[in-house]
Amino acid sequence: MSAFPNPSAVQTKSVPTWRQQDAKPFVQIEQITKQFGQFTAVNSVSLDIYRNELFCLLGGSGSGKSTLLRMLAGFEEPTSGRILIDGVDMTGIPPWERPVNMMFQSYALFPHLSVEANVAFGLKREGIKSPEVNKRVAEILNMVQLGHLAKRKPHMLSGGQRQRVALARALVKRPKLLLLDEPLGALDKKLREETQFELMRLQDELGITFVVVTHDQEEAMTLATRIGVMNNGEIVQTAEPHEVYEYPKSRFVAEFIGNVNLFDGTVVEDERDSVSIQSPDLDALLQVDHGISCAPNQEVSVAIRPEKIYISREPVDIEVNGATGIISDVAYMGSQSVFKVRLASGKELRITQPNVSREMGSRLTWEDKVYLSWDADSCVVLMS
Amino acid sequence: MKQGNSLTLKFMSGAGFVFLYAPIIAMIVYSFNDSKLVTVWGGWSLKWYAELFRNEQIMSAAWVSLKIAFISATLASVLGTVAGFVLSRMRKFVGKAMLTGWVTAPLVMPEVITGLSLLLLFVSLENMFGWPAGRGVMTIVIAHTTFCLAYVAVVVQSRLASLDETLEEAAMDLGAKPASLFFLITLPLIAPAIISGWLLSFTLSLDDLVIASFVSGPGNSTLPMVIFSKVRLGVTPEVNALATLMIVAVSIAVIAAIVILHRQSRYNDVNK
Repeated sequence: MSAFPNPSAVQTKSVPTWRQQDAKPFVQIEQITKQFGQFTAVNSVSLDIYRNELFCLLGGSGSGKSTLLRMLAGFEEPTSGRILIDGVDMTGIPPWERPVNMMFQSYALFPHLSVEANVAFGLKREGIKSPEVNKRVAEILNMVQLGHLAKRKPHMLSGGQRQRVALARALVKRPKLLLLDEPLGALDKKLREETQFELMRLQDELGITFVVVTHDQEEAMTLATRIGVMNNGEIVQTAEPHEVYEYPKSRFVAEFIGNVNLFDGTVVEDERDSVSIQSPDLDALLQVDHGISCAPNQEVSVAIRPEKIYISREPVDIEVNGATGIISDVAYMGSQSVFKVRLASGKELRITQPNVSREMGSRLTWEDKVYLSWDADSCVVLMS
Repeated sequence: MKQGNSLTLKFMSGAGFVFLYAPIIAMIVYSFNDSKLVTVWGGWSLKWYAELFRNEQIMSAAWVSLKIAFISATLASVLGTVAGFVLSRMRKFVGKAMLTGWVTAPLVMPEVITGLSLLLLFVSLENMFGWPAGRGVMTIVIAHTTFCLAYVAVVVQSRLASLDETLEEAAMDLGAKPASLFFLITLPLIAPAIISGWLLSFTLSLDDLVIASFVSGPGNSTLPMVIFSKVRLGVTPEVNALATLMIVAVSIAVIAAIVILHRQSRYNDVNK
């Protein structure tokens, strides 16, 4: 139960399927739209999910992520478009015939059945003989460390135990695709972290494809092989976690995932390998050195993550990609400190610094005049 | 101030309970009266209970009543469950509110009207189709089923409304087809509501005098009808004894219904 796989190690074993050109997707979502009356919950979403992925649908409430999950499970029929699982068109196939199991946010344990009977429910529906059922139920309950509670009713279990029963019940049928709706939502922080690693271990061990719905970006970052960020019923970006964080495609993604400093500005110079942008919030020019195609005078936003800004009391070169300001707020968070720095233009920037030294004396504090600078490759230019 | 309030409250509720239950307690006490005169206390005795069990008219009426109550409660439970399902599960449609109103109308309909309209229905049915031939146990059962159905429907509907729908989705997701979903998940979860609906119907049917008087035929008097006709000739201690037994039976049924519903709601909170 202890040896957690290192997620980065798992990913670097070979080239992930979703980066291969000719890989065959396991779940194909084709132009799915779902309308409830006048309201469009999911708007023309297309998405490919590959075998053995742990795909996270990330979005706020009302973004359509849960509706999309319910369409995969078969509880909602799409208004238009279709879903293929393992090459089979799921249109019109009822939930009880789909090779999919779901773990519900509320766990949805049957209150009148024991833990054992809850887990056995799905196997019995398949018509599996009882010795085989008993064997598989015992196996899976041991795997989630609940063997000793098999005879209990759900109301006699703690929240964490119920969650593991729900997981066991969904896994015992060995589905091709496991859907998880906010699986860690109801757990406290410590249990969440444990379960996160537990899920990754199970995923690695059982080779099931997972689709997880969550509103928690941290959860998505830790768990996912890829993240699909949803907003207003559309997928605004699908990418690996580090890519979503470092190369957000839009202001929405940049602001939704982590913290970010945004500058609005206009392109003043567009050269072969760098772009200069003038922002009314900054005296210096913003210079971005990775390839982007834009035209002079185009309105863009530039995003810089708080941990990518250097902060110091000593003067540094701030002709481009820099600024001076006054520290207006400091939050000490143990491993790091968060500074708010007010620029001459009145704009406030957020900067995080690891607390490398234990000493308090030399630390930056309120009302200090500081020099800020960042590297040209830390900036992300956002067109939308 | 707070103390004074709670004292007033205790007094008020005490007065209320006395007002409600003093007559019943008096009747129960007098059912153990040794004297032949209803209003004169002559010491403790069980002789009116013995007398009661020897009275064939009362015993056969009691048997008829129990039989009717059992059958109509059972029929009402089945039909009421179906009605409750329709009311809570049908998508919104034009006239749903009206349908809900129709199902629950018998709850507030004056019994005289229910009884009279049913009588008219039975008579005209007999004239047109020859069925039901005459009035008796069958017509009382139909009448009682009709108004008990409304009670069961309301209880089942409210239980279904509070039932977590994801439980049914989870069952479908695990491979349960609609039939096994209903019998393995939905029915066990709403069973307490159905049972308490049955118990309520049973007591309502057992208590009913007005409707039964309209739709019963000769030789098929229910227990309340016999008591009522006996009381018109003067109250006898025997009737006190009978009424006491009925109160005991009804109380047990009602308390059982409440306990079952309460226990259910407590352990169903598990997924909330």
